[in-house]
Amino acid sequence: MRRMQRRASSTKSTTRRRPASRTGERAARARRLATQPRIALLVSTRKGAFFLHANAARTRWRVEGPHFFGQIVNHVMLDPRDQRTLLAAVRPGQLGPTIYRSTDFGATWSEAKQPPAFRKAREGELALSVSHTFQLTPGHASEPGVWYAAVSPPALFRTADGGVSWSGVDGWNDHPMRFKWCLPEDQTPDGSIMHSVLVDPRDRSHLYVACSGGGSFESTDRGDSWRPLNEAVEANFNPDPYPEYGQDPHCMALHPLLPDRLYQQNHCGIYRLDRPATRWERIGRSMPAEIGDIGFGIVLHPRDPDTAWVFPMDGTQVWPRTSIDGKPALYVTRDAGASWSRQDRGLPREQAWYTVKRQAFCADEAEPVGVYFGTTGGELWMSPNEGRSFRQIAAHLPHIYAVVAVTLP
Amino acid sequence: MRVAVASALRSYTGNREHVTGSGDTVDGLLRDLDRSFPGMRFRIVDEQERIRVHIRIFVNRELADLRRPLRESDEVQILCALSGG
Repeated sequence: MRRMQRRASSTKSTTRRRPASRTGERAARARRLATQPRIALLVSTRKGAFFLHANAARTRWRVEGPHFFGQIVNHVMLDPRDQRTLLAAVRPGQLGPTIYRSTDFGATWSEAKQPPAFRKAREGELALSVSHTFQLTPGHASEPGVWYAAVSPPALFRTADGGVSWSGVDGWNDHPMRFKWCLPEDQTPDGSIMHSVLVDPRDRSHLYVACSGGGSFESTDRGDSWRPLNEAVEANFNPDPYPEYGQDPHCMALHPLLPDRLYQQNHCGIYRLDRPATRWERIGRSMPAEIGDIGFGIVLHPRDPDTAWVFPMDGTQVWPRTSIDGKPALYVTRDAGASWSRQDRGLPREQAWYTVKRQAFCADEAEPVGVYFGTTGGELWMSPNEGRSFRQIAAHLPHIYAVVAVTLP
Repeated sequence: MRVAVASALRSYTGNREHVTGSGDTVDGLLRDLDRSFPGMRFRIVDEQERIRVHIRIFVNRELADLRRPLRESDEVQILCALSGG
């Protein structure tokens, strides 16, 4: 009580001396906050999912969960078309993978009646089994109920009923080149994956996918046919360093306001592609040489197609996949990759060996944009000001696989 | 017949450790259980009709595959491996 009285007294005293201009600033800030969207984070971890709810200023975060406690949750995504349907990609360590659906923001979940599963192999075919769904992607705005699931081994599934029943996108899963494009064996530490599915907001038939150890691919007929899209993307682990396919994109993103612009963070650098061109430009060449351009995620500014963030990681020798020199930092470009600036204010200065997985890095839609990342050590960090400073908003969570910032109605 | 269900699968059985089902084979039993507990079979058997890597099924305490014939008096256990960390 004494402490509360002192604080009240102090506030009163401060208020009395505050100049009119500061009072005006406070009023302006209050007006701005009143128009801010409500932001929540969907955090998927090795041991369940957690939802974090922010106040309007994004200064306080309430952790809710775990959902699916003890189970591996690779991805949870909110449907932006209805802002209430959640899908979750879940698998316990011992059982087969499945998808859960909620229409009450996680209060209750129901399991898919027909989760993503390959058809029974014919004689002589590889008998594939879905290991896990890696990414859940809402379909085009004109197709409510349509979602895509990118799985391991690399394959694509689609639902038309909001996630209850899934079937394979045969144009990819049965493509005659599919096992040449993407090897089905476990190549990466968590298995070969299709990790990025992008739907052109202007055209529901126009899709892009990207696979680790496979490359990027494009379809203009809603997945019936595909072609590689990897020109000038390096594959320095390959006898031919610039093959038609076989590259190792780690994350690919399309800007929603300029859908002809693609970015990718690759095993071999950071790239940008402005369609209809087909030749990627290695914009990571303009990163500082001592940092390089290796990483896993890439995050785009929701309103500025020239702005993107990366989280450089150590890709030397045995690929430690940790923040470089134990000094975590983001790098931001505001000119589509011509130049990059370091952003590390508030982050640990040394001995912080963060690993940030490709889906554990995201931005919200607020003004200014919030930037978030989660680590495999269970720390969750955010910047409320587009990367100018960071603070930790959660710690001691399980190994974080994915962080998705969503705008609530 | 009486079937013991591993804890990881009990979200399907209303948390019951033992359930009853019928079938001429292990596969038939799992299909019968799936009718009572929808979705359960796919967590045990993959789309290529293989028992999943970390699951074992025992009949009268002997390791069994999907084709193993069953009698009504058999005791079936569906167990999960101790794995991971």
